[in-house]
Amino acid sequence: MGHVPNPRPAGDFRTSYIDDNRLFKTHFEARAAIFIVLALIVAAPFVGTYWLTQLILIGIYAIGAIGLNILVGTTGQISLGHGAFFGFGAFASAWLATSFNVPTLVSMPAAALMTTAVGMIFGIPAARIKGLYLAIATLASQFILQDFFARADWFSGGVYGALADRPDIFGYVLDTDLKYFYLVLFWVVVSVFGVTNLLRSRDGRALVAVRDHYLSAEVMGVNLTKYRVLSFGISSFFAGLAGALFGHYLEYVSVEGFTILLSIQFLAMIIIGGLGSVYGSILGAAFILLLPQAMESITSVMALVFPAMESGKAYVKQMSIGAAIILFLIFEPEGLVHRWQQIRASWKLFPFSR
Amino acid sequence: MKWDLLFQLLVNGLIVGMLYGVVAMCFVLIYKSTQVVNFAQGEFLVLGAWVCLALVTNMQLPFFLAFIFTLVFMAAFGIIVQTVILRPLIGEPIISVIMVTIGLSIFMQSLMNWIFGNDAKRFPDVFGTSDIVSIGGLNVEVAYLLSLVLSIIIMGVFFWFFRFTRHGLAMRATAFDQQIAQSLGISVKQTFAMAWAISAVVSGVAGIVIGIVNSVSNSLAFVGIKVFPAVILGGLDSIVGAVVGGIIIGVLENMAEYVDGQWLKIGNLYTIAPFYVLIIILMIKPYGLFGTKDIERI
Repeated sequence: MGHVPNPRPAGDFRTSYIDDNRLFKTHFEARAAIFIVLALIVAAPFVGTYWLTQLILIGIYAIGAIGLNILVGTTGQISLGHGAFFGFGAFASAWLATSFNVPTLVSMPAAALMTTAVGMIFGIPAARIKGLYLAIATLASQFILQDFFARADWFSGGVYGALADRPDIFGYVLDTDLKYFYLVLFWVVVSVFGVTNLLRSRDGRALVAVRDHYLSAEVMGVNLTKYRVLSFGISSFFAGLAGALFGHYLEYVSVEGFTILLSIQFLAMIIIGGLGSVYGSILGAAFILLLPQAMESITSVMALVFPAMESGKAYVKQMSIGAAIILFLIFEPEGLVHRWQQIRASWKLFPFSR
Repeated sequence: MKWDLLFQLLVNGLIVGMLYGVVAMCFVLIYKSTQVVNFAQGEFLVLGAWVCLALVTNMQLPFFLAFIFTLVFMAAFGIIVQTVILRPLIGEPIISVIMVTIGLSIFMQSLMNWIFGNDAKRFPDVFGTSDIVSIGGLNVEVAYLLSLVLSIIIMGVFFWFFRFTRHGLAMRATAFDQQIAQSLGISVKQTFAMAWAISAVVSGVAGIVIGIVNSVSNSLAFVGIKVFPAVILGGLDSIVGAVVGGIIIGVLENMAEYVDGQWLKIGNLYTIAPFYVLIIILMIKPYGLFGTKDIERI
């Protein structure tokens, strides 16, 4: 099937720029979004602890992935240090909450802002270099931050890690997973709205221009340095927010948790979900989180036939992520979102879709 | 100041740096001829070491035979990776190419963990390598000397190959301009496959050498990450730069160790120092010492 540019229902013409810039492209999209959020709110108490945990983690990783997607998908930079920024947010929030008794309601956004600052510092090389060189520079930032976590006892608790209490809202402690889920859902909705809004603004278009053709963008008056560093800041903001949510969810932040592997997983999420797509980031986060678990059950079943598989469970989980990255890049480089669009297009254009 | 310790570390740095240089050379070879940054270079190295070790210990082959088989295996492996994984991605954006090698690296890492286990294993003592010889008052293990000699031989062969053979010339031509090379009858596909094969073979040799010097374990893949500071310092597309960068990073690491141990006492400085250097170089001289400057014309 040839390329179908995201078909719209018949009669849905856009006659003004305001129409073209709406938050939701179609009424269906708006209704679907509201429906999904409402369904999650209603269904959350009934899904059981396992799925509740999964939903919380998907939400947290989705926020981080949305942030990385601004940097990679929208601005066309590459970051191999997103996992470290995520970790920085987790430590920063725990540090603020335990050392200064900042209420968690404040410490989470504050941690996100601190991560923004760190991200912008490490984004400074982006002013001069791009592409491959930038990827390697962010690789260095990953190792430098990781080293910092292990070394800075005052900040991260060093090898012992940091404790993070469950957040409370004016004395109302979010002590159960269910309550925490609503908090995460709130931040996911805020992030999705924030980013979709950003992308239809002047700044968002500038970011896209930097990605598509940076020379033309500069000729058009887009300040390249500003927007490159800014995109690092924005992406780190969401990484920090997600990290803070992660830390307070587990109630403990470990130094070992934020290796290069986490950064790679974030990149895998946005590639599998679809570069430059907000909804794709959420899909990708769900995919990367659920894939290892699906693989684990598959290996358990296979272990009944081949007992040798039993020992390989942990490795198969990690291998599946690597394999997913490779297979998606070869067979579906535009990600799950593109696949969904194709399915939708083939329904809409039914007799002519092949 | 402890002069003997300083000198000892300097020599160590030089020897380790030569090995970094060899791996960096493989990395640059792939980048220069196929424009792919291979994040799985470290895993290639570990794979070579494991395969050779398995042939020696499990199959009881003599070391020399095992070595030859490993080289053949690595060449085949390099060609397979290039044709199956990287050929479909020609013309895709740079992030795809980077990510596919990263995916390959975590795939290989966990597969090797599974097959060969998590523990470090030692090579049987083939050359009496744990003997210590004294050169000018310095105690140097034979294994280190061996690795030094082997690194120099590899570099010499590289030089000879690119300078004086037909295939080397074809490869340089492809690196210079793929379209012109193709129009002159060079098979670009073959050249790409050959670049990966050579790179995999030489990484395998480096892996075996490092395996003999230390011991074989999956953590050796970290050399693949250490290569980045080296190649950025030398310039991403310069083979001479890779060698020089590798040596500088090796020496720098050991100097950091010395400074750390003598004065700073913060510990573990030598693993992280190359990355600080990397950031600084990228800020002041992004194309490295010998790299070609990317001049863009509008």
